Parts: sequence; structure tokens; C-alpha cells
Amino acid sequence: MSAAGQRSKGANGWLLAAPALVLLLVAANGPLLIVAIYSFLEKGDYSGVRWILSGEAWFRVLFTRDIFDGTVSLADANLSIFWRSAKLSLATTVLTFAFGLPTAWFIATRAPRARAIWLFLITIPFWTNLLIRTFAIMEVIRNQGLLNTALINLGLITEPIQILYTDTAVLIGMAYVYLPLMVLPLFAAIDRFDFKLIEAGYDLYASRLQILRRVILPIIRPGIVAGSILVFVPSLGAYVTPRVLGGGKNMMIGNFIELQFGQGQNWPHGAALSMLLLVIVLGALILYTRVSAKDDPHG
Amino acid sequence: MARNRAFDVTTLPGFTTIAIVSFVLLYAPIVTLVVYSFNGGNSVNLWGGFSFKWYALAWKNDAVQGAAVRSFIIAIWASVISTSVATLAALGTTRRGRFRGQTLIYVMINQPLMVPEIVSAVALLIFFSTIKIATGYTGLAYLIIAHSAFCVPFAYLPIRARLEGMDMSMETAAADLYANPWQTFRYVTLPLLMPGVIAGAMLAFVISLDDVIITEFVKSAGQDTLPTYMLGQLRRALTPEVNAISTALLALTVLILTAFFIITKKRD
Repeated sequence: MSAAGQRSKGANGWLLAAPALVLLLVAANGPLLIVAIYSFLEKGDYSGVRWILSGEAWFRVLFTRDIFDGTVSLADANLSIFWRSAKLSLATTVLTFAFGLPTAWFIATRAPRARAIWLFLITIPFWTNLLIRTFAIMEVIRNQGLLNTALINLGLITEPIQILYTDTAVLIGMAYVYLPLMVLPLFAAIDRFDFKLIEAGYDLYASRLQILRRVILPIIRPGIVAGSILVFVPSLGAYVTPRVLGGGKNMMIGNFIELQFGQGQNWPHGAALSMLLLVIVLGALILYTRVSAKDDPHG
Repeated sequence: MARNRAFDVTTLPGFTTIAIVSFVLLYAPIVTLVVYSFNGGNSVNLWGGFSFKWYALAWKNDAVQGAAVRSFIIAIWASVISTSVATLAALGTTRRGRFRGQTLIYVMINQPLMVPEIVSAVALLIFFSTIKIATGYTGLAYLIIAHSAFCVPFAYLPIRARLEGMDMSMETAAADLYANPWQTFRYVTLPLLMPGVIAGAMLAFVISLDDVIITEFVKSAGQDTLPTYMLGQLRRALTPEVNAISTALLALTVLILTAFFIITKKRD
């Protein structure tokens, strides 16, 4: 093809994509750039910013300065929120994997017709409003909810267990809402799996645990990585689930960011925290593309 | 699967049990929520007989009505706008070979999927609040533009998938019969592409209808949608009214998704 032909092709492509790109530039890509800029400005008196260059917002992410003598120390409050977010997101990933792997395996080993139905049953919660699912799990773990009522009626406990408004509630909630995100990529990986390999393993006297560890898990690794990223990333940025189930005290990064734009009235600090979260998430995604590129035998 | 009947290698110990437990755990809370939306009693805790009372109350509640109307207006606009621009973008980025900057277009279109929603919400809050102060306009347009933008990748993906699976010979034939590019698009490409467009529009509609975080940050006073109204109700005593609204939204989502699966299945 001639160079001129190439160029007109590209021009047409850009022209057709232009309306979408303008929309995204105005209401998605562009505003992100403003957040990056705001994170390097000084905070305004009530909200907003003053257009003075400052590293204060980033400094405050990790450190705090004493109001009286100006001594610098680590910002314990921030660190405990980061630690809780990382810990809960990791725990959510592990928990969804523990339930997700057998579920995906079960679906992938059904006959084609039944498989389509089971898969649809996983897809419905996936597309159901996150808030509705969070409400639903709240109804179950409340003090007068399904779980406590059942346990009391069975005589196992006399007083309801306080689960709601604890870290455990946030963990249960996130595992509940993000489970389909783990199951779907695991299913895709297992679906391509050649079960003759298991037969071969058994023929060579491998135990079931060895089959799982040495044959199945290495082969479905891309699915495991994809599922883990798909669960970990939204968990880390979660806002609705910790707000509803954590009850304001058990904040995660997402709620902490909101606080800076609400009561905290420190927009630059909120902007810096947003950028930090964005960098971590993009880092995880880049890591994922690297790993999946390595797993791809043709890549 | 007949080949495994003698010794089923696909079975791993405990896997089936855990899988069934997972499905029960996934559905039990949703089923409870739906069942309690038909509770005739006044409390969320005690069952007081079957009734449509809470649906009637929600229906008569002005705040709920306003939020429902707003949710639908935004979702309809967002799905129309995002599907239109996504269709053009899909036509521009498929079936014309690779060109310079294609990766950049992909990254820009898929960005809303990669960035945590709270970060997008904060970004839009900063940007739109400045514009609101500058122009004095505080209408629904901000929400419609924001929703349209984050719906673009959801509309784009099924349309692109459909385009990539399409045979170009029909369009070549049309061109051979002296159809001009517009006629080819209008009478050949678009009808073939329609299932993908409809699927994309449905996904965009559901995604817009369900959005909480971005709406919560972008909306002006008195612009609650159904999800942000429900989030606001959390601060007060919970009534089965929220269950009724949730169930209605849930039913709508399941309906649209079923239609979506039927449409995309028919492609072959």
C-alpha cells in the first residue's frame, strides 16, 4: 500500500474516532490531568485551591508536621488507612480465589447446555448494581439480620454477633460483590484446559494434590493472574462497600479521598491521594500485561 | 461427557461442594432482599405477610419518582450518545488496517475501565464544579456528559467485536454495484452491525442506571438518581421501601441482560 493510502486511512480512523475522543477528553481523560495538577497546588481557605506551586499535599501523604514545634513524623492515621486497604484487598483476593477456583472448575466441567446456564447465573450478580448487592449482604450480617437470627434460633449464640461496621463486614462484602470477577477469568482459563493432561498425570501415579499443584494451577495461571488483578484493583479503590458496611469508621483509601473533598476541605491532599491510588492501580495493570505476555506461548 | 464416564478426571475432591456453596452464598442475600420487599409488616426484621405495600409507598414517594425519572433520562441520553460515538469509533478503528495512533485511541477509550471510579469521580467533581461556578448552569447536562463518557468503552467493545466478525465481501459487492460510501453504510454495513449496536446500547444503559460514585460526586443539590437516593436513605432507619426499589431495579437489569444474551447469541 502506498504511503498516501496509509495516511488517508489513518486520517479517516481519527476522524471517525474524534467524537468519542472529544467526549472522553472532556469528561474522562482531561479531568484526570487536572487532578494531577491540583495535587501540586496549595489548599484554599475552605475548599478548592490557591494557584501556588507546593509539595505539601504529597508530603502529607506520608508525613505530618507538629503544629507547635514543626517536628516531622510519619502520618500514622494515613498509614493505617493504607495498611487496612492493602490488607483487606489482599484478603478479598485470597477469599474470592478460594471460592472462585472450585466454582469456575465446576462450571467448566458441566455439559455445554448446563454450562451456559451456570455461567449466566454468575453473570447476573456481576451486572447487578453494586449498591443493591451491598444492601443485600448487609441485610444478612446485620445484628437482626438473617445470619444472627438463624444462629440465635439454633441456640448457637444468645447475643447477636456484631459483624456490621467492622473490617470483617467490609471483607465479607467485598468478597461477595467481587466473586464473579474472579470466577469469569478462571472459567475462561479452565475452559481451554485439556483434561487429557490430568489423565496423563494419574497414569503416572500423581496424587490429586500433585495434579492440582503441578498440572492444573501452572496451566491456568493466566486466568489466576487476571482474576486476582480484576478483584484486587476495584477492592483497593472500593468506596461504596466500605462506606455502607464499614460505617464511616473503617475507612479505606476511597473513603479517605472523599473525606478530603468533603469535611477535610483539602483538595490538593485528596488529589495527591487519588494520584497515588491511580499509580498503584496502573502499576498492577502493567504488571498484569507483562505477566500475561510472558505466559502467551506465541508472544 | 461420555469420555470421562469410567473414571471422571474432571472431578476434584470438595470442588463441587464449594461451588454449590458459592452459588448459594451468591444468591441467598439477593433472594432475601427480594422476598423482604414483599413484606407486609413495618419492620425489615419481621415477616408480616405478603404485600405490595412497599412498592405502592415507593411509587407514591415524590423523591423516589423524581429519582427514577432522572435515572431514566440520564441513562437514555447516555446510552444514545455513547453508542453513537462508539459506533463511529469502532468503524474508524477496525477493518481499515493498522494506522498510526491506534493504540492511543484504544487507551483513551478504555481509560474509564482502568481508572478507579473514585478517582474519576474526584476528577469530574473538580472539573465540573469550576464550570458550574463559571457558567452558573447546574442542570442535568453534567451528569449526562459524565455518564456518556464512562459508558463509551462498554458500548464500544460489543460493537467492535461484531465488526471484527463481519465479512467485508458484502460491502465490496455493494461498492461493485455502484453504491456510494454512504449508501453502502446505510443499507449494508449498518443493518449487519445492528445487533452489536443494540447490545452496546443495552450495556451502556445498564451501566449508567447502576452508577453510584460518579453520580454522587457530580450531581448538584436535588439531583438524586435511584442509586444515590438509596445510598442517602442509609443514614436513616432502613425500611423495606429500599428493598422494593432494589428489586425493581434488579428485575429491570435481569430483563435487559436476558435480552442482551439472546441478541448476541443470535449472531451466528
